[in-house]
Amino acid sequence: MEHIRFILIQNRAGKTRLAKWYMQFDDDEKQKLIEEVHAVVTVRDAKHTNFVEVICVADSLSVLQFRNFKIIYRRYAGLYFCICVDVNDNNLAYLEAIHNFVEVLNEYFHNVCELDLVFNFYKVYTVVDEMFLAGEIRETSQTKVLKQLLMLQSLE
Amino acid sequence: MLVQFFQRTHDSLLLLGKSKEAEIKRINKELANIRSKFKGDKALDGYSKKKYVCKLLFIFLLGHDIDFGHMEAVNLLSSNRYTEKQIGYLFISVLVNSNSELIRLINNAIKNDLASRNPTFMGLALHCIASVGSREMAEAFAGEIPKVLVAGDTMDSVKQSAALCLLRLYRTSPDLVPMGDWTSRVVHLLNDQHLGVVTAATSLITTLAQKNPEEFKTSVSLAVSRLSRIVTSASTDLQDYTYYFVPAPWLSVKLLRLLQCYPPPEDPAVRGRLTECLETILNKAQEPPKSKKVQHSNAKNAVLFEAISLIIHHDSEPNLLVRACNQLGQFLQHRETNLRYLALESMCTLASSEFSHEAVKTHIETVINALKTERDVSVRQRAVDLLYAMCDRSNAPQIVAEMLSYLETADYSIREEIVLKVAILAEKYAVDYTWYVDTILNLIRIAGDYVSEEVWYRVIQIVINRDDVQGYAAKTVFEALQAPACHENLVKVGGYILGEFGNLIAGDPRSSPLIQFNLLHSKFHLCSVPTRALLLSTYIKFVNLFPEVKPTIQDVLRSDSQLRNADVELQQRAVEYLRLSTVASTDILATVLEEMPPFPERESSILAKLKKKKGPSTVTDLEDTKRERSVDVNGGPEPAPASTSAMSTPSPSADLLGLGAAPPAPAGPPPSSGGGGLLVDVFSDSASVVAPLAPGSEDNFARFVCKNNGVLFENQLLQIGLKSEFRQNLGRMFIFYGNKTSTQFLNFTPTLICSDDLQPNLNLQTKPVDPTVEGGAQVQQVVNIECVSDFTEAPVLNIQFRYGGTFQNVSVQLPITLNKFFQPTEMASQDFFQRWKQLSNPQQEVQNIFKAKHPMDTEVTKAKIIGFGSALLEEVDPNPANFVGAGIIHTKTTQIGCLLRLEPNLQAQMYRLTLRTSKEAVSQRLCELLSAQF
Repeated sequence: MEHIRFILIQNRAGKTRLAKWYMQFDDDEKQKLIEEVHAVVTVRDAKHTNFVEVICVADSLSVLQFRNFKIIYRRYAGLYFCICVDVNDNNLAYLEAIHNFVEVLNEYFHNVCELDLVFNFYKVYTVVDEMFLAGEIRETSQTKVLKQLLMLQSLE
Repeated sequence: MLVQFFQRTHDSLLLLGKSKEAEIKRINKELANIRSKFKGDKALDGYSKKKYVCKLLFIFLLGHDIDFGHMEAVNLLSSNRYTEKQIGYLFISVLVNSNSELIRLINNAIKNDLASRNPTFMGLALHCIASVGSREMAEAFAGEIPKVLVAGDTMDSVKQSAALCLLRLYRTSPDLVPMGDWTSRVVHLLNDQHLGVVTAATSLITTLAQKNPEEFKTSVSLAVSRLSRIVTSASTDLQDYTYYFVPAPWLSVKLLRLLQCYPPPEDPAVRGRLTECLETILNKAQEPPKSKKVQHSNAKNAVLFEAISLIIHHDSEPNLLVRACNQLGQFLQHRETNLRYLALESMCTLASSEFSHEAVKTHIETVINALKTERDVSVRQRAVDLLYAMCDRSNAPQIVAEMLSYLETADYSIREEIVLKVAILAEKYAVDYTWYVDTILNLIRIAGDYVSEEVWYRVIQIVINRDDVQGYAAKTVFEALQAPACHENLVKVGGYILGEFGNLIAGDPRSSPLIQFNLLHSKFHLCSVPTRALLLSTYIKFVNLFPEVKPTIQDVLRSDSQLRNADVELQQRAVEYLRLSTVASTDILATVLEEMPPFPERESSILAKLKKKKGPSTVTDLEDTKRERSVDVNGGPEPAPASTSAMSTPSPSADLLGLGAAPPAPAGPPPSSGGGGLLVDVFSDSASVVAPLAPGSEDNFARFVCKNNGVLFENQLLQIGLKSEFRQNLGRMFIFYGNKTSTQFLNFTPTLICSDDLQPNLNLQTKPVDPTVEGGAQVQQVVNIECVSDFTEAPVLNIQFRYGGTFQNVSVQLPITLNKFFQPTEMASQDFFQRWKQLSNPQQEVQNIFKAKHPMDTEVTKAKIIGFGSALLEEVDPNPANFVGAGIIHTKTTQIGCLLRLEPNLQAQMYRLTLRTSKEAVSQRLCELLSAQF
């Protein structure tokens, strides 16, 4: 059963700007995963692929199980948007799902920047939930998502 | 207001910069403030509550622990204002773990929101369930959500959330999601007008179909027609769902994944339509791009790769497979690294299809080039994988050579894997075994540190099994050892091979026995202990092969650095070998140190190791093909087990024999377990000596204490099964000997051995069995048992036979134990305690306190006590957690009443077991036997 295991937005210094988990991890595992993702992703450059398999992270996960995951990531300015999926999952579909998500954020926050994600974290979670739910892609239409977000905003 | 606070917090964090302490101080001040607000006399209004809960959440997300505010967050759930509710749900999704009290309150709020008919509130509630997904939530809502999902008046956005929420619950607690009428309605969501609903529903259906393919079979034709409508639509038809001129790429990918849960559609119309879709997708890949943006090509190729996955999954349309291969071939040279990577990955699976294997092979030069030029190690890794997958007899020499040359510069992280791959390919496609030997020695030369035991054991196995390559191997290792600095693994292989086959090159004056010895011994002092131990064994083999160097070797063995070596193993080998070389006659030496017999054919342990490294799926194909081809790899002399030569000390390790399977008990004691005296015993009359107990037989013995039937012993050749029954002091045991090989066992002689102490107390009678056991056959032996008096030891079953010209000797303990002669006795509580008191003499009671070795399960414990033979007395012990039992041991001479009491202590994971019988030895023995069961 393939699905997204987590979505992570980090800056270059490794500060987490969003973490959404779609399977059970305990706090230590989450911390290790965050550090591991930062370590593998930040050393890569434009000549590398946007995919990286991550090996041997959390103690309570068997190594075998973890080898079945990969990180699909894309860098926007100083931020890394990362999606962790199973190795069998479709790389390009998730790579573009990231971009679709970023375009929605950009539209919603009018030229999104890192601080928007920090101060409006509760809105960012709403955007995530509109587009991804239960580790699956929920809605892909930018028009529909933005319409819904504006409707919710009007309730504030 | 909120933003202001965050701004301040953040600014101050930025200003404070590196001072972690100042940050913590600032946060603690804020936490104290919030705590006082929550505890204050004045009830907070919704807005303030939301504000403070949100601050807490912010502080948590900055990385600080939060241990309060949960209740306030739960309160927010019942607010009627969206913003307050949203913050409440967010806090819970991020911070709540299954705290039972809160879950009840949370579930209550969720229930109200689900029933509210307000789509915004329903959405929040569903998203919360989908995020937390706990079992408690599944229990509460798994029945409700399907109704929301299929109800006619549910809003589209709520349907989307409901579908995925249900998916989450199905993943965490499939048992709680009942299949029912709703399933067929869900399948029809594939036809929904709203593509967002279809997108969500397709995920749900795919997961459900993986587990219940029959029930969701109708989804195939619906998915095909949906897909067909998407791929044939003009780029503007789908409006919102067109992404950079690609119509609904994510939905297309999901539909193609759903179809991968099934074989090709049986209905020819559906099948035709699907083939058309796949062709259209392949055609579009050839069209000029509608946009130069990478988003356009990525989205298009996401669909293309998924279509290729489906084509490979079906593996039934040669035309599509070859077209897919050609398309991927173009990508191999694409300027986008991502595409080159994905093409290599995808081609790997194409290589295993018989239809496309040849087409994949045409790209060999491009792939080899990728190995040399790609900058990203993961891309090079995929290139190695693909070369491995496309390798066959025609291109093996080229691929192996390229991999070897890549190994010189390969990243450390993938060297071991490449070594394994080279070793496997070299063996699998070796037509000429001299090539194989050269390849492996090259491996050791280039990447000695990454050559694992499996690899060098395997080369030795193969050389031993093939006499046409032995002389070449000896010559080659001899030459390789001339290098001033050679890897220790080479010394091991060299030592082993020269010890066995050095005589084949000894005629050449350049590699005379003494030169061979001096060459090996020049490496000795640079090697680790295990290698030195191996070399000592080579030396004693030399004593046999080359009598002329015996004095030289004896001098070496006699030197202080050997005889007084601080390492026990080395010292013992030196002592024993020295003695062996002086005491034994030439004939005995020749027998003991004869050439190793061929190894039995079995799966390569290298392949097993690669599977372990890579996960089973990646190597299955290879394994299958390997099976058919294994015949010509190791064909030759009739396989015979390895450890049967009386003194097989140079055997690298028992691991050679197989994975996990215990080797047949060696006929002689291994050098580390016997002194010089024992060795002489072995030499005088090796065939009549009873083998030491087979490894693992202790465990099996214990397993039979509480049961009568099962497999007692098993190795590669022989299986021993037991069936027995006991009544009073008599018993009968059926022993089944199964020949697991296809070759006869000759002189098959099982013998029951009772020690001198046991003999007067236990009578065993049996008839000899037929001395020939055909391959694959089973013979049976009946043993009649009489218990004369109580006893402690167990009889030993020794089996000797000849197999393929070698002598086999196995010993196991036969599980005839005192408790087998139990008769259960029921008694009331009063009687039990009366008897218990009567047996209060200190010699009559034996007690043991011990740690639980198995999970402490009441039912299992009861079953074991009953299996042990005594009655299990309910409602006797005042403490219901304890177990008491009673029974009578019947022997020919007397009957012995036995009472037992077992007190588990769950907290400490300990037991106390007390046995009271009229005879000390019986209490003692029963206590030992029963203690080992928990």
